Amino acid sequence: MTTSPATSGTAIDTLVTVDDVSLSFGSVRALVDVSLHLKRGEITALVGDNGAGKSTLVRCISGIHRPDAGTISLDGREVHFRNPEEAREAGIETVHQNLALVEDLTVWQNLFLNRELVHRFGPFALLDRRGMQRKAQEMVAGLAVNVPAVKSRVRRLSGGQRQAVAICRAAGFSSKLVIMDEPTAALGVQETARVEELILRLRDEGHAVLLISHNFAQVMRLSNHVWVMRAGRCVGGRRTAETTGEEIVALITGAKSA
Amino acid sequence: MTATLTAPPARGDERLARQSAFSRLAGRPEIGALVGAVVIFILFFVVAPPFREAPSIATVLYQSSLYGIPAVGVALLMIGGEFDLSAGVAVISSSLVASMTAYQLSVNVWVGVLVSLVVALAIGLLNGYLLVRTKLPSFLVTLATFFMLTGLNLALTKLISGGVATKDISDIDGFASAQAIFAQSFDVGGVSLRITLLWWIVFVAIATWVLLKTHLGNWIFAVGGADASARAVGVPVKKVKIGLFMTVSFLCWFTGMHILFSFNTVQSGQGPGNEFLYIIAAVVGGCLLTGGYGSAVGAAIGAFIFGMTEQGIVLAGWEADWFKFFLGAMLLGATLLNVYVRRRAETRK
Repeated sequence: MTTSPATSGTAIDTLVTVDDVSLSFGSVRALVDVSLHLKRGEITALVGDNGAGKSTLVRCISGIHRPDAGTISLDGREVHFRNPEEAREAGIETVHQNLALVEDLTVWQNLFLNRELVHRFGPFALLDRRGMQRKAQEMVAGLAVNVPAVKSRVRRLSGGQRQAVAICRAAGFSSKLVIMDEPTAALGVQETARVEELILRLRDEGHAVLLISHNFAQVMRLSNHVWVMRAGRCVGGRRTAETTGEEIVALITGAKSA
Repeated sequence: MTATLTAPPARGDERLARQSAFSRLAGRPEIGALVGAVVIFILFFVVAPPFREAPSIATVLYQSSLYGIPAVGVALLMIGGEFDLSAGVAVISSSLVASMTAYQLSVNVWVGVLVSLVVALAIGLLNGYLLVRTKLPSFLVTLATFFMLTGLNLALTKLISGGVATKDISDIDGFASAQAIFAQSFDVGGVSLRITLLWWIVFVAIATWVLLKTHLGNWIFAVGGADASARAVGVPVKKVKIGLFMTVSFLCWFTGMHILFSFNTVQSGQGPGNEFLYIIAAVVGGCLLTGGYGSAVGAAIGAFIFGMTEQGIVLAGWEADWFKFFLGAMLLGATLLNVYVRRRAETRK
């Protein structure tokens, strides 16, 4: 291996360090000694063929799976998330491929689902609907997202608008890392461009972004760093500016070893 | 051109208020039921002269409340994405347990009332637990409990009381106070009203408040609308669903207590069939069978439509057998109307 993430993991701008993580499901070794790191204020792409272990790795970082071996550190401290809730509290947000939006709820209700603002009256907690609507408006306006109105139901939104709402939710609430699983796979050309702008804006605001994508042009366009996975292993990492699409493809297919 | 650029649009509030008042009204789940209720009220008001008198209205309201109380729970559950076929029998199970506990053990009826509350909540817990544990559809799980409870009601009543009905418990201690809570009548301006009407209003109010004003309400809509999404953002989907089943059980128990304390005895074979009335009340009231959409007020209007139709048919001097036909026809009509209204509301800006 040319890059040794474990040693560079101590750098100040490193947000997440994954160190020798392995995970098996029965006899299937989904992750084998995976080590990589993500930096603050950067877009890190994670690429690899289907079944290479990208999603499994992401699920470990976001608290859905717990690694059999190895450690994950956030801000230099080892973390052991027992569920997605804990990862979220630590500042790791995921934009799921299916977006995890409830169509019959409004934009603001989705943004605040399970994070409702309430007025407390002794044992009673009343929803602060106006407060949430106002805050949702600020979140949407802050990212200059093209969403019609925070009071409209998600069902009425286009694919790109939905993606924007999901990204908005992940970016809000002072998250440190936003994980995006194929954010533009289902979008048209124009909407993809909008979402890409949004991803860049997240980075500019200082979020670390972990981007899973099959779209090489997109990876080359957006990312600062690329990690390549093959058959459960992390087979290499490159600064995007110093590599080419051909080299990445070669790494993915195994035609070239790191 | 420059004018529009120099004057920044008053964004925040303008965006919030962009939906027109009409589309917001049409977007309410209960609007279809409300229209139906008005039509049916006018129909019987015209064709059945006795329907216009206050005592008849009181009877309609009483009948409506008997459907309406369990329908509140069934509506919440349906918004949460599930339904409960055991609700109708569970009502009778509750009254049987209360009655036989008090009678056989010769204890204060309140003991029976509390024991039956525990049993009822346990049934709800079982329904909910089986559902989240097995991931079977609620149709199957509650169909199973429906048949088991139907059998238990009949078999245990025969085993314990030796008949198809429980013994009269009206002379047991505590009957009077329990009756005052669950089944008393009171006069308002010379018209005798039943207390279930008040309880019904209370339950609808609480349910509406929970749905619209608490985070639990948000969660109920979310688990019904998209439970995978709800789970992904950390909503305790299983707890919400189990809680909803227990809410249905609680309201069935309450109705069961009313039946017990207004008739003193309970027929063990009653109950089956009523679960559909509760479900239909919720659906007519705008709840979506697939979950994620609906209201408690809608279910109340749905129950009121039944109360009116049931009494109206009798008061109009028609054959009472027509009730079931109307039930079906109304269900079909209301569902189509709701679908139509919903589409309009969705496509309208």
